[in-house]
Amino acid sequence: MKTLTKSILLVAALGLSACTNPDRFADSGSAGGVGAGAGTGFDSGAAGGVNDPRSVAYFQQTVGDRVLFAVDQSTLGDTARGTLEGQAQWLLTNTDYSVIIEGHADEQGTREYNLALGARRANAVEEYLVSRGVSPARVRVVSYGKERPIEICSDETCYAKNRRAVTVVTAGLSS
Amino acid sequence: MMLRVLTLLAALMGFAAVPAIAQNGPLRIEIDEGVIEPMPFAVPDFVAENAAAAEMARNISRVVAADLVNTGLFREIPKEAFIASVTNFDSPVQYADWKAINAQALVTGAVSVGSDGRLNVKFRLLDVFADAPLGDGLQFGGTTSSWRRVAHKVADQVYSRITGEGGYFDSRVVYVAETGPKNDRKKRLAIMDYDGANTQYLTDSTSIVLAPRFSPNGDRVLYTSYETGFPRIYLLDVATVGRRAVDDQSGTMTFSPRFGPDGSTVLYSASQGGNTDLFSMNLGGGQRARLTSSPSIETAPSYSPDGSRIVFESDRSGTQQLYIMSAGGGEPQRISFGSGRYSTPVWSPRGDYIAFTKQNKGRFHIGVMRTDGSEERLLTASFLDEGPTWSPNGRVIMFSRETAGAGGTSALYSVDISGRNLRKISVDGAASDPAWSPLLP
Repeated sequence: MKTLTKSILLVAALGLSACTNPDRFADSGSAGGVGAGAGTGFDSGAAGGVNDPRSVAYFQQTVGDRVLFAVDQSTLGDTARGTLEGQAQWLLTNTDYSVIIEGHADEQGTREYNLALGARRANAVEEYLVSRGVSPARVRVVSYGKERPIEICSDETCYAKNRRAVTVVTAGLSS
Repeated sequence: MMLRVLTLLAALMGFAAVPAIAQNGPLRIEIDEGVIEPMPFAVPDFVAENAAAAEMARNISRVVAADLVNTGLFREIPKEAFIASVTNFDSPVQYADWKAINAQALVTGAVSVGSDGRLNVKFRLLDVFADAPLGDGLQFGGTTSSWRRVAHKVADQVYSRITGEGGYFDSRVVYVAETGPKNDRKKRLAIMDYDGANTQYLTDSTSIVLAPRFSPNGDRVLYTSYETGFPRIYLLDVATVGRRAVDDQSGTMTFSPRFGPDGSTVLYSASQGGNTDLFSMNLGGGQRARLTSSPSIETAPSYSPDGSRIVFESDRSGTQQLYIMSAGGGEPQRISFGSGRYSTPVWSPRGDYIAFTKQNKGRFHIGVMRTDGSEERLLTASFLDEGPTWSPNGRVIMFSRETAGAGGTSALYSVDISGRNLRKISVDGAASDPAWSPLLP
């Protein structure tokens, strides 16, 4: 009974994230993978729990799933490198997961350039993770340019959070 | 004293003021010199030649008048000021009645709807102060559902005869229709008449779509979609709405497509390993051909009208600037040298100007420059203007303007290349990334 309840919650949570970012799950390979991996590969009682160091929630919140960039830059600062070091270690431990790295830009740029800038940022993260031993076969990159801001005000406090690369963990090796 | 030729000071364009008032010149607006004052014209309701045509006759004359007024070059004399009426298309016009209200141009017309549902529209353009028609009367046929197109064709003729320029009213715009807040924006492709009428949606909003571009004859659209989860270029047939991926190499993101003037070549950007370069490909099925190989960002390419050269943006100098190279690649020449960042260059269909987006001191501008980079002129300024597209005659530019803040939304605007006549396009909902079609056949 208890397990059933948790399963329903998990399904609900997955449904929610699919709504907020449909494109991430549009790829049929990763869409199937997320459900299977999160639901079965681990102790269901702890899966999704932020205290379980093997959980995706732990990766997102404790390791940190994102790094930030300066205006029009794609170089990794010390804070970003520290975060990515943690991401690399987590991925080397949790080898069932692959990642999609999303590169983003703030709204202060033209659409095409921001797509290219997001690609640079995602690539900077990819190169770092690969340099720390993560297999390139586990990493894919995508740029959203300025299409998916998380903060919506038009000043630097928001822009700083939007200039980001987010490492999205998906279960299963990428196809 | 009658002003026969409207001229313009054109301070914005840097020309010397020429008080050219020709006493007996033709009915004429010299657009290059700008306009001192819009030319007054009258469009009495077109004559309905049968009962079925009554409402359509009135509507068509309204669209003709709106097209002319929207150019900023003409001013409509309201119906209330009329002394005369036109009840028979073939009766002689009493020029004195129109001179008395200072209508320099008079457009008369007649509309009939046949029993087969066919629409027939006749019109004449009259140079009131010359007591004579300007050009021959013409008639256009069509289905009743195409009545707006017929009206635009009449207005294109009037505009063309008076300005000596090609028209642009019988044209369409493909764009991205937007809904939702900034952090959950839904986007889908839409197509509409140039004036915002007859909107149709071409895709649903399940995937982000960006920056559609028309083929040279308007039958197809290239655009970028995230339907695989990654940005890829698609080719869409406007009539059937069928679509296919153009370059779907795994591990590559492709975007910023644009047709070549032959309609069979696509020019675009591809990002691989974090680096974005320019490529071309034959749409009939072909290998991608690399046009640039630089560690910098090269994107937003646009062909010259003859297909011999490409203008694009690159940050190889450290900031976004505009460059021109030959269509096959090779060493590019930088053409932008002002302060700030230059992007999204688009070659005018006339070949004379390049329109661009410029960012400087926290503001965005739409501007134009000659193809050698001279005569730079900024036409707009706002929090965020971007993505210019040319009217078919190269006289008007449409672009996206987004407002600032959490509630910011995007809308389409147009502006003359003189910098005058900034107008918001009447679109149903928020909109971005417009692309203007050629004049329809």
